[in-house]
Amino acid sequence: MLFTRRFNRTSHITAILAASLSFVASMVIFIKAVTTAGLAQSPLGGQVNWLPTGDLWLKIGVMVDPLTAIMLFFVAWTILMIFIYSVGYHNFGQPVGDHDRTGLPPHGAEVKGQGKPFRVMSIEPMYARFFALISLFAFAMYLLVVSDNLLTLYIGWEIMGLCSYLLIGFWYGKESARKAGIKAFITTRIGDVFMLLGLAALYSLTGSLGFKEILSNHAVLDILATSVSPVFGLSWAGLIGLLLFIGTVGKSAQFPLHVWLPDAMEGPTPVSAMIHAATMVSAGVYLVIRFFPLISAGWIPGEALTPTMSVMAFIGAFTALFAATIAMAQNDVKRVLAYSTISQLGYMVAALGIGAFTAAAFHLVTHAFFKALLFLGSGSVIHGMEHGLMHTGESLDPQDMRNMGGLKDKMPRTFWTFVAGGLALSGFPLITAGFWSKDEILSGAFNGAHWAVFATLALAALLTAFYTARQISLVFLGEPRSETARHAHETKPVMTTPLMILAFFAVTLGWVGIPKEFPLLGSISPAWLQSFLGQMVEIGEHAEGHSLVPLLTSLVVSLGGLTLGWLVYRRFRSADQTDPMEKGLGFLFRIFQNMYWVDEAYEVVFIRPAGWVAENLSYKFIDRTLIDGALHGIAKLGLGIGRLLRFGFDLPVVNGAGDGLAGGTKGMGALLRRLQNGKIQHYMGLAVMFIVVIAMIIIYFVVI
Amino acid sequence: MTGIQILFIVNALVIIFSAVMTVTARHMIHAALWFVLALLGVAVVYAMLEAGFFAVVQVLIYVGAIAILIIFAVMLTRRALEDQEKPFNRASLVTLLIVGIVFVGLILSIRFWPLLQSTTVPLSPDQLTVGTLGLALTDPQQFALPFEVTSILLLAAMIGAIYIAHERKEKGK
Amino acid sequence: MIPLYWYLLLSAAIFCIGLFGAITRKNSVGILLSIELMLNAANINLLAFWRYLYAPNGDLRAEVFVIAIFVVAAAEAAVGLAMIISAYRSRQTVVANDMDSLKG
Repeated sequence: MLFTRRFNRTSHITAILAASLSFVASMVIFIKAVTTAGLAQSPLGGQVNWLPTGDLWLKIGVMVDPLTAIMLFFVAWTILMIFIYSVGYHNFGQPVGDHDRTGLPPHGAEVKGQGKPFRVMSIEPMYARFFALISLFAFAMYLLVVSDNLLTLYIGWEIMGLCSYLLIGFWYGKESARKAGIKAFITTRIGDVFMLLGLAALYSLTGSLGFKEILSNHAVLDILATSVSPVFGLSWAGLIGLLLFIGTVGKSAQFPLHVWLPDAMEGPTPVSAMIHAATMVSAGVYLVIRFFPLISAGWIPGEALTPTMSVMAFIGAFTALFAATIAMAQNDVKRVLAYSTISQLGYMVAALGIGAFTAAAFHLVTHAFFKALLFLGSGSVIHGMEHGLMHTGESLDPQDMRNMGGLKDKMPRTFWTFVAGGLALSGFPLITAGFWSKDEILSGAFNGAHWAVFATLALAALLTAFYTARQISLVFLGEPRSETARHAHETKPVMTTPLMILAFFAVTLGWVGIPKEFPLLGSISPAWLQSFLGQMVEIGEHAEGHSLVPLLTSLVVSLGGLTLGWLVYRRFRSADQTDPMEKGLGFLFRIFQNMYWVDEAYEVVFIRPAGWVAENLSYKFIDRTLIDGALHGIAKLGLGIGRLLRFGFDLPVVNGAGDGLAGGTKGMGALLRRLQNGKIQHYMGLAVMFIVVIAMIIIYFVVI
Repeated sequence: MTGIQILFIVNALVIIFSAVMTVTARHMIHAALWFVLALLGVAVVYAMLEAGFFAVVQVLIYVGAIAILIIFAVMLTRRALEDQEKPFNRASLVTLLIVGIVFVGLILSIRFWPLLQSTTVPLSPDQLTVGTLGLALTDPQQFALPFEVTSILLLAAMIGAIYIAHERKEKGK
Repeated sequence: MIPLYWYLLLSAAIFCIGLFGAITRKNSVGILLSIELMLNAANINLLAFWRYLYAPNGDLRAEVFVIAIFVVAAAEAAVGLAMIISAYRSRQTVVANDMDSLKG
C-alpha cells in the first residue's frame, strides 16, 4: 500500500476492495452462523500448530461462535462505511494544496473560477499512507475478532495499539498530534502490561490459551474459581479476570486510563470513528465479554457478585457518570463525542459487571453503529465549516460548536442522520436501537437489585440525553452564529451515503433484541438476539424481572434530558455568550470543563517524576557515568597499552634493531675508512704485516 | 776459516752498515752516498759468486746511472728547511718490530731448510762465460724474447719518465 | 767454501733493512733508495741460487732473470724519480705522508 504513494486512486481502490472482500466474507460467515443450530457448543473453526514451546505447541486458529458472528457483523459494516467515507473526507479528486506539506492537515488550494480566484479544499498529501494504516487497523480488528485463542487476540490487540499511535499522530507535523499519539500508546500500554500478566498466569495455570479449552470447559473454570491466588485473596479466576479487565480499562478508556481518548481527536475524523466506535474500544469490551465465563466463574445469578465483577461494575458505572458530566461542558464537537464514548463504554462494562451478558453485547453492537454515525456526521459538519472558512477567510476553529448554528438548512442530510444517531445515543424510545440496548442494561441492573449501579446509570443516561440535545441545538438549530456557518454547505455523496446507511442500522437494529418482558411488543418479538447469544452463557444471566420501573426510568430520562437540553440551548445566540450552564452550575461547570484536572494530576504525579528519573538516574548516572565511564576506561586502557607497546617495545627494539644495524655499519665503515688514509707507506706497512700473519699461519698449518 | 770467507764477512759488514746508514741518514745526500757504497759492496758479492759480468754491470748501471740519478733527484727536490727533523715517520717502531719478525722468520726458514745447508763446495763451471750469456740472450730459441721485452720496457719507461718530468710551461701559463 | 746460506742471510738482512726504510722514510727519494736496496737484495739471492744450484748444470736461466731485474730496477728508478720531481713541482714537498689525496 505504501508503494502507491503517488497513485491515490489505486490506494483507495485497493483498500475499499479489500474491505469489501472482508465484508462479503463476514456476511457469508454470519449468515452461516445464524443458521447453524447449537453454535455455542460446537463453533465453526480450525486450528494449526504454530510455535513450539517445550513440549507443547502454541496454536493459532479461528473460531466462529455466536459472539464472533455478532462482532463480525458490525465490524464489517462499520469498517466498510468508514473506508468509503474516508475517500471523501480526505478530499480525493481535489487539487493539491498551495502550501500543503506532508505531516500537516491540508488547508486549501487556490482555484481560478469565473472571475476571481477562490479557495477550495485540497487533497490530503498523505492520502495513500492513511489508507494503508487503516487497512492495517481493520486487519488487526478482524484478527482479534475471529481468533480462537488469547495469543492471536493479543497480537491483534497490540497491532491496534500501534495503529492507534500511527493514526492519532497521522498529522505528525502538529506537535499536539504527536503528543496525543504517544499518550494513547503509552496509556493503553499500561493496561496491556497487566493484560499480559493475566495471559501469562492463564497459560501457566492451564497450559493453553484457547477459548474452547478454557472458557467452555467446566472443569477448568471450577478449578480456577476455587483455587486461591496470592493476591488479595482472590481466586485465580478472579485475579486473571481482573488483570484482563485492566487491559480493557486501558483499551476502552475507562477511568483512570481514559485520558488518551479525548486527545485522540487529533487524528482525522474517520480515525476517530474507527477507533472510538467500531474497533479499538469495542475490542476492549469484546475481551471482557469473551472472558465473561472466567470472570463470572463461581457466581450464581441472584447472589453477591464476585470481587472482580464488583470492581467492573463500579468502574463502569463511575466512568459512565464521570464522562457524561465532562461531556456536558465541552465545546469541541468531537470532544463531546469522545467523552460520550467513554460514558457508553462504561455502560457496557457495568453491564458485564452485574452479569448482564447479552445486554452488554447488544449495547456494544448498537453503540458501534450510532457512534460511528455520529463521528462521521461530525466529520461532515467540520468539512462543511471548513468549506465556509475557504469562502470567508475567517480565522476560527471549525470544530468549535459555538461558531456553528443553523446548519440544519445548509446540510440537511447530515442533519437528519446526525439526529438519528443522537436520538439513538439518548435512548429515544422505540425507534432507536440505543433505546433497546440501554433499556436492557437498566432492567438488568434493576432486576439484579444493584441499586447503586442502577441509579448511577440512570443519572448518566439523563446527562447523555442532555448533552446530545445541547450538541444538536448548538450545531444545527437556531441561526448561524458566524459567517463561516452561513457559507457552509452539504458534503459530497460519497460522504453522506455511509451516513445514511449507518442511520438505517441505528434505527432498526434494536428490533432484533426486543426482550420478551416488554409490554405489547415483547410478546410478538422473537427476542432473537437474546436466544442467539444466550446460548453462550451456561449459567443464567440475571433474574428475570417483570417490573416496569426500569422502562419508565429510561423513558423519563431520555425524553426529559432531550427536552431540557433543547430548552436551555435553543436561545444560544452568539459565540461569545457565556454558556447557560455556567450560570447555573457555577464552579461545577468549571470542574467539568477542565475535565476534573485529571491530566494535570497525572502530569504531576507520574510524568514529571518519571522524566526526572529518566533524566538523572538513567541518563546522567547510569548512562554517562557507568557505561560511558566503563567505555572510556577501556578505551584509555587500550590507548595505554598501545602507547606502552609503541614506546616500550616498538621504538626501542624494532626501530633500534634497524637503526643499530645502520649505525653499526656506519661505525664499522668509519672505522675501516681510517685504513685508507692515502699514505702509501701505511699501505705497504699493512701489506707486510698481513704477509707476516699469513706466512705464520701457513707455516703453522702446513709445515708443523 | 778460509780467506774468501773472511773477505765475504768483511764485505757483508760493509754492505749492512752502508744499508743501515742509507735508511737512517738525516740528509738525503748522505743517504745517496752511503747507497753508492752499499752498491759497491754488492758488486763485490757478485764477483765472489763468479758472476763477473753482473759485477761490472752493477757498477756501471747502478752506481753509474741510478745512483747519479738519485743524486740528481735529491738535488732537484731540496727545500729550505729540509732534513732538520728525524727521517722516520710515526710508524718506525712498529715497523721495526715487524721487520724484526720478518728477519727472524727468514733466518729460521733459511737455517732449517735442509737443501740450503749443503752445497758448501760448488763446482766451478767452465762454460759459463759472458759470451755464452750473450749468445743465449740473442738466440730465439733461448732467451731472445725476454731480452727484447725488457728492452721495450726500458724504452717505455724512459719515454714515460721524460713525459712525466717535462715542465709544462706552454700549457700552464 | 762459503755455504749458500751465508749469501741468503745477507740477502735477507739487506732486504729487511730496505723494507724498514721503505715503510719508515719520510722523504720519497729515501723510499726509492730503500726499494733499490730491496731489489739488490733480491739480485744477490737470485745469483746465489744460480751459482749453487743451476750453474753446475750449465743453466743460464737465473742470469737472464737477473738481467731482467736490473733493467726493471733501472726503469723503475727513472720513472719514480721523474714522478717525484713532477710531484715536487706541483706540491712543493717530497714528504710521502703529505701526499694523501687518495685518502678515503
